[in-house]
Formats: sequence, structure tokens, C-alpha cells
Amino acid sequence: MASLELEYSLAPTEPMEPFSTGRPTKRRIRGGRGLVLVIAALYFIIPFYAAMQFSLQDIQGHFSLQPLSQILTAPGFVSALWLSTQLAVATMMITLVLMVPTVIYVHLRMPRFRRVMEVVTMLPIVIPPIVLIVGVLQASPLWLKNSQYLLALAYVVLAMPFVYRSLDAGLGALDLKTLVEASRSLGSGWFSTILRVLVPNLRSALLSASVLTLALVFGEFTMASLDNWTTLPVWIALAPTNNPRINTLVAMIFLLATCLLLMGLVSLDRSKSRHSRRS
Amino acid sequence: MLKFAPRTSTATRVSTPPPSGGAPVVLENLTRQFAATRALDGFSLAIEPGEFVALLGPSGCGKTTALRVLAGFERPDVGRVIVDGAEISDVPAQRRDMGMVFQSYSLFPNMTARDNVAFGLRLRHQRGAQRRSRAAELLELVGLADHVAKYPHQLSGGQQQRVALARALAIEPRVLLLDERLSALDAKVRAELRDQIREVQQRLAITTVFVTHDQEEALSMADRVCVMSRGRAEQIATPSTLYSRPATPFVAEFVGVSSRVNVARTGDSVELFGRDVKIRGDDFRLDLAVMDALLRPEDVDVEAAADGLGVVTHRSFLGATTRLEIGIGGEAVKADVASSDADGFELGTRVRLSVNARDVLVTEQRPVR
Ligand SMILES: Nc1ncnc2c1ncn2[C@@H]1O[C@H](COP(=O)(O)OP(=O)(O)O)[C@@H](O)[C@H]1O
Ligand SMILES: [Mg+2]
Repeated sequence: MASLELEYSLAPTEPMEPFSTGRPTKRRIRGGRGLVLVIAALYFIIPFYAAMQFSLQDIQGHFSLQPLSQILTAPGFVSALWLSTQLAVATMMITLVLMVPTVIYVHLRMPRFRRVMEVVTMLPIVIPPIVLIVGVLQASPLWLKNSQYLLALAYVVLAMPFVYRSLDAGLGALDLKTLVEASRSLGSGWFSTILRVLVPNLRSALLSASVLTLALVFGEFTMASLDNWTTLPVWIALAPTNNPRINTLVAMIFLLATCLLLMGLVSLDRSKSRHSRRS
Repeated sequence: MLKFAPRTSTATRVSTPPPSGGAPVVLENLTRQFAATRALDGFSLAIEPGEFVALLGPSGCGKTTALRVLAGFERPDVGRVIVDGAEISDVPAQRRDMGMVFQSYSLFPNMTARDNVAFGLRLRHQRGAQRRSRAAELLELVGLADHVAKYPHQLSGGQQQRVALARALAIEPRVLLLDERLSALDAKVRAELRDQIREVQQRLAITTVFVTHDQEEALSMADRVCVMSRGRAEQIATPSTLYSRPATPFVAEFVGVSSRVNVARTGDSVELFGRDVKIRGDDFRLDLAVMDALLRPEDVDVEAAADGLGVVTHRSFLGATTRLEIGIGGEAVKADVASSDADGFELGTRVRLSVNARDVLVTEQRPVR
């Protein structure tokens, strides 16, 4: 549950800034700023530490790695993980197939529409997930209502804000019009232009969009539980294990994994933009 | 300052017919309106196979738009594009087989120079080894044999332009289109690249349209130059004709340097510096008593004379010649003298002027600002 809010708070800030230009980061951290950083770090680290300490205990309350070994055999865990994985892959694919051409089109042909897009793609953040899912369940046809992929479609909507933003930033860094025209004048149609010229140059934007989508799907609770699917977050919150430590442990592992992925992403992009193009 | 001297080689170059490798191109009555601006306004141009034509004109006169219509990136509102006898107005850009070098840097940042050049070949389903060696060949042609494996960000501006040229040539296009490639480069690189483009173009005998606002570039490279103004072709002619027989006052003033001198007309001649000079041609059937004559600096003879009406107000050294600016009757007239004689024309020297051309171009008076 907590992880849902965490991902949202990461989304608008993290992907935007590092992708745009690669301006030199300011090295000097003045005293005041250092203090803020420490407080912020503590704010995240203390609860994390407490949760880890709570979950890595044996029955007597001593530190133990034993709960780790119990995760895989915990009832329902594997199927919840598998369901979330399927949903994540489906969501990522649908999102990219829909959003990449759309954002490219907006950039090329309707640049003034970018403002509108920015606002429209923010809506899923403003509208509470519970409202969204109730609406979706009301409106969707029965065959879709019974499918787990209804959830994937809803997640596509949820993922839109940060996927749009990261693609928007990625495309903004390219001389899109010229690249597209160069590719076309060499004989390449739209499909192959997108695939061979634009996608390779949007790698980091696509990667960050994918990671954020992944984090979203592995963190979303409200919609999944209202649609009656035991995804990983639902399992974490509600699974009838006899040991609540395992649930906490799984949540922490996924939180850690997400953090590491994001940090890896940012540093990858930093090192790339350090010797990147001037144009 | 103009450093242009009419080329002597132009005449010989034009008299030998261009080798027929490229396709003939006809642009017919093209019109393209953008909101309030009419970028092209009945623009027509016919290009011979293998010919090198420069579109020359001030910024905003529609050169790039004309090129983009030909390339298929812009649709004309009116008019037709005919290549090799077939109308292609409805053919999308990717099927036009035109190599284009763009106004801005356009290399694919994720590919090496070689992969950039090979890109068009890959789309034409050439084998890997074959297209790599072809790409290497083309990079050698533009003098970049040592840079095949470099990425665009590792290349200088001039090198990137050359890769873009090689990439455009790789697909063996029917027409080569070059847009203001050279203006961003420093003078030396620019001159080198200019020679290289011309040489490659002649070797491959490829129909080429070159867009520039730099007259020196247009006149020194092209077989013919099309001077454009406000979306129309003002004059299409060889560089020497353009310079010596400008068809319109716009061309006379845009190409080379001209001085305007207010003159009174009598019949088919005007009075210039106390002598009658014939009005050139019959293009200007201006029914005006007072008009402006347009004079090239080399068409004005200067002679130091104590009773002369002109005074030297400015001099600039151009190498073999020195350009004088002479104030006479409220006008400023530019005149060239051999630098070896320039000592006689210090600032303030009184001079007598005369016209040494057999006729002069006239136009209506410049509106008072
Ligand atoms: N896509 C466009 N939208 C609106 N106006 C344009 C567009 N392209 C060109 N123009 C206008 O058309 C005129 C001619 O432009 P262009 O062909 O680029 O001139 P040039 O290349 O000779 O400098 C200019 O006034 C320019 O502002
Ligand atoms: Mg232009």
C-alpha cells in the first residue's frame, strides 16, 4: 500500500529532469542543502530499516535470514508474482505501442497540442484510482470484465502521466523533424523510421517509461483488489499467511528493487549524457 | 564586401553539355501558402539532366520551401513537380529517390558514420558486407576514410556535413538536394566543401539543386543560378549572364554590388555624369522622366580632376582592386580602380566620373524612406 504513494511521488520528478539535457550537475552541496538531504534520507531509511528489522526475525525475535527462504513457499506468492509479471508486460507493451506513435505525432504535427496533452495525461493522477476502477468496471463488457487484462488496460491509463512525460522529454532532446525527414528521404516509411531511427534514439526515455510502468504495476493495490485479482500488492496486504513478516519482507524487497532500478536508470543516463551529442 | 569576380571558366564549362546521368526536373507554377505568408508564388524552374542549379535569394524568399516541395516534404497548393518526364506530385518522399542534405544537422546520432551512410542501402536490401564496403567507398569519396567508425558527436560540423552528403549520394538518387549546407561553417572548411561538392557532382553527373543565400557560393558552384524573390523566380541564368546582364533591378542589386544614381531620361537614354548612356534592353518600358540607374563598380571610370564634381569619401582594399566610394550630387557611387593606381585617390580627392559600359540598367526611383 505504502509503495503506491511512493511510486507516484517519484514519477513526476525522477524521469523528467535527467533526460532532458545533461547539463552539468552542481557538485558543491552547501551545508544547508546537505542537512536537507540527510533529513530526507532518514525519512526514507528509518521506516525501511524498521520494516526490515521487523521482518528478518525468527520466532524468538532474533535476527534471522530464515524468513527469506519462506517467501517462495508462502501460499499464493508465486501465482501473485506471475499475475503481476503478466500484467506488467502487457501494460508496458500496450502503453508503448499506443504512446510512442502518439507522442511522435503530437511533436511532429501538432506541437501546440503538447500543452493540452500535458494536462490530459495528468488526469489519472488527479482522479482517484477507486473512481477510475469503479467507472471502468461499470462500463466494460462482460468478456473483458472477467479478464485479468482489464486491469492491464486500466494500468495503461495510470501509467500515462509518467510515460508521456518521459517520452516527451526524450523527443524534445532530438531534432525530430529533421531525423524523420532524413530517414524518409533515404527511402524509409513511417514504420521503419520509428523502429530504426527514433526508438534507438529514445532508448533511455523508453527504458525509464518501462521501469516506471513496472513499478506502478507492482505497486498498485486499489484497482487490483476492487477487481478481485490477487496481484502481488494485494497478496502482500491481504494474503492469509501465518507469518506477517513475510508479507512485509516481500514489500521491502520490491521497494528496494524498484529503487535500485530507478537509480541504475538515472546513473546510466548520466554517464551517457556526459559524452553525448552536441548539436 | 563582395569578393566576387566574374569567372572566366564559367563560359567553357557551360559550353560543354552536362553529362547525362541525372534526371531532368521541372517545377511548374508552384504555389504554397503558409497562413499569411506565400512562400511560393507561381515558381517555375526547368533543370537539365546532370545540371547543377543554385536557388539564390534573401532569407525567407521560399528557397527551402521549393526544395521541400521537390523532395516531397511539402505539398504545393498549386503546381506540379515532374521528374524524368513523370509527374510525382502525389509520390511520398520515401519513394522519390532524392538524396537530401538538410539545413540542420541530420545524422542519426545512434549510428556511426558508416551506418549512417549505409542506412539507405539497408532499406534497399543490400547485403551487409556489400553495403558496408559501399559506405566506406562513399566516405572515402568525401575524404572521411579515417572516420568511418565515429559517431556524429565525435565529428566536427564540416565532417558531419560530408557524412550527410555521402549518405545522400549512397542511394544513387535521381536528384541531389542541398540546403544551405555551408553557411554554418568557417571560411576555409566552406571553400573545401564547396569544391568537393562540385567535384563529386560532376563526377557522378547528378542533377543537383543547391539552396543558398550566399551569392558567392551560388555563382562559383552552379551551372545556372535561379534568383528568387518573394516566392518567384526573378531570373534563371548562368552566373556570368546573371552578373553582366541582370534581368531585373532586384537581380542587379542582389547579385554583385550596384550603386543607384538618380538620372533624367531623354528618349532611350539617360544622362549620367554629363553624358548620354543608352538604357539597356527593352525590359523596362518605364514611362518615367526621372529614374535610377544601377551601376556596377567596374562600369565606372574614375579620374582625378581638380574641377571634378565627385569627392572620394571612402576606400576599401579588395586585393587586386580598391573600391572607392564617391560622393557626387548627393549620391554615393562605388567604383573600382586597380590597387596599383589607388594612391592617387586619397580620401577627399576631387574626381571626375564616367560610365564605361555601353548601356545601363534603369529602374524606378527608390521610394523615399
Ligand atoms: N512550415 C511553415 N509554416 C509557416 N510558415 C513557413 C513554413 N515554412 C516556411 N514558412 C515561411 O515561408 C517563407 C519562406 O520560407 P523558406 O522557404 O524557408 O525561405 P528560405 O529558405 O528562402 O529562407 C518564410 O516567410 C517562412 O517564414
Ligand atoms: Mg532556408
